[in-house]
Amino acid sequence: MNRALVIAEHFQGKLNPSTAKCVSCAQGISDAAIDIVVLAADAAPVAAEAAALAGVQRVRTLQRPENAEALAAVWAPQIAALATGYTHLFGPSTTFGKDLMPRIAALLGVGQISDVMAVESALRLRRPVYASNAIITVEAPAGSIVVATVRVASFQPAAAGGNATIEAVASDAPAVTAKLPTTTRFVSRSAANADRPDLQTANRVVSGGRALASAENFKLLFQLADALGAAVGASRAAVDAGYAANELQVGQTGKIIAPELYMALGISGAIQHLTGIKDARTIVAVNKDSEAPIFEVADIGLVGDLFQVVPELERLIRAGG
Amino acid sequence: MSPILVGIKRVVDYSVRVRVKPDGSGIVTDGVKMSINPFDEIALEEALRIRERGLATEVIAISIGPPEAQQQLRTALAMGADRALLVQVDAPVEPLTAARVFLALAQKHQPQLVILGKQAIDDDNGQTGQMLAALWDRPQATFASKLVLDGALARVTREVDVGLETIEVDLPAVITTDLRLNEPRYIKLPDIMKAKKKPLDVTSLADLGVAAPAHAIRTLKFEPPAQRSRGVMVKDAAELVAALKQRGVL
Repeated sequence: MNRALVIAEHFQGKLNPSTAKCVSCAQGISDAAIDIVVLAADAAPVAAEAAALAGVQRVRTLQRPENAEALAAVWAPQIAALATGYTHLFGPSTTFGKDLMPRIAALLGVGQISDVMAVESALRLRRPVYASNAIITVEAPAGSIVVATVRVASFQPAAAGGNATIEAVASDAPAVTAKLPTTTRFVSRSAANADRPDLQTANRVVSGGRALASAENFKLLFQLADALGAAVGASRAAVDAGYAANELQVGQTGKIIAPELYMALGISGAIQHLTGIKDARTIVAVNKDSEAPIFEVADIGLVGDLFQVVPELERLIRAGG
Repeated sequence: MSPILVGIKRVVDYSVRVRVKPDGSGIVTDGVKMSINPFDEIALEEALRIRERGLATEVIAISIGPPEAQQQLRTALAMGADRALLVQVDAPVEPLTAARVFLALAQKHQPQLVILGKQAIDDDNGQTGQMLAALWDRPQATFASKLVLDGALARVTREVDVGLETIEVDLPAVITTDLRLNEPRYIKLPDIMKAKKKPLDVTSLADLGVAAPAHAIRTLKFEPPAQRSRGVMVKDAAELVAALKQRGVL
């Protein structure tokens, strides 16, 4: 029988939607019993959210003051100690999971599978390589634990309505008694766009490229995003030029997203950018250059001047779009 | 003071449009331009800047790859690395094996920092730095966009999903680089000449006492991704809104 443990990602007392997507991925393994583990200084609110995900059997909490921040060096040894008896460990392919999961795998002496996009069987998984220009099927060795990150854009979140039991990991378990390293210390965090919809999980994303030509002009995008209730993204060129913050970058080396609606405004569509949006349901492209590669993947294209189209779009949408 | 180790991976150049071989055994690499993984160039640049500030004894560039990876190591030497080491392998190794190689070299050279790219743009794994840190039992600072050395510790700003996070790590530590840590320097012609005289040693997994794992993750096949097809073109904002409504998106 397969037993999967999903590592909960959470921030400021709230479960990140990436966790529900990891549960979906784990459900792709037939007959898998799914647990979630919550590491936190105060695990209760997150554990309650996790227990409501359909298909989860048990939520295990590992509450220690040292777990207040998700430091991989601190969390990995605890999770590795909990891994005994599981056939699969899943974490999201967000910066949280990408930082943590390889460290856990190495402690367990096994390889890790990054960015799982589909599950074929308990050991056979599919993942993208070369900026999603190729998809590979990999097979993990039988008899050892499978550690993987889940490409959140590839899975729907597990439904609500579950009623898992919540239990604290026993106080004498190695995961709880282990002495944790103090050589890594959290200092500070700045989240410039914390009051806006989260780029990685938003249903709608409005994204701008170099054609916006300034940080000032990027505000046009934010206004359109407000009208749509959308998150804002950016191409690497726009971020490099200083028009948008780093965390807004969409693409191979930024965020991979799969919103219902993606509007690429003034983005030419480099391969590395297209990698990040291929799974969007509807892609809209507005660009002055009718030859821009973005039009090859767009469901709806408009050749035109951004500075006319974007304010007009905003007006139409506010007027009852 | 101690050295800095930097990883240099030979990868298909970022500008190449990668194609899957018809038989699904891999991707087409014949006649394809190969380069240093862009994140590794950033790693090397950061190491060079630290050495130039007098805070490291030397920068050692390390590659794990085929004999041809010597080209990328020569480029690293031309950029300013003091010496280079190729761990020659017949087939690509998985990140855990790469981490074991770097562990063996870290134990040998006792560096204050090992700086690696956050991911290689070929397999897009993004694992080696974190795995090395685990095996070495040292701190890791992944996705670094700023690195400040302060005596026996480093303050590192990391690019995380919500924004920027700063952590403090005791040295030695493993750093993985994000895009905006620095802008790598251009190589000048005299540097290429000088690089020819710098030491480039070749070793093997066996020499380093690293065994490839008996139970590795196997790649069964390569497939091209599903293609999106070209959609409709509209004339203006009003038509665009109408088309969105028709698709049920608005």
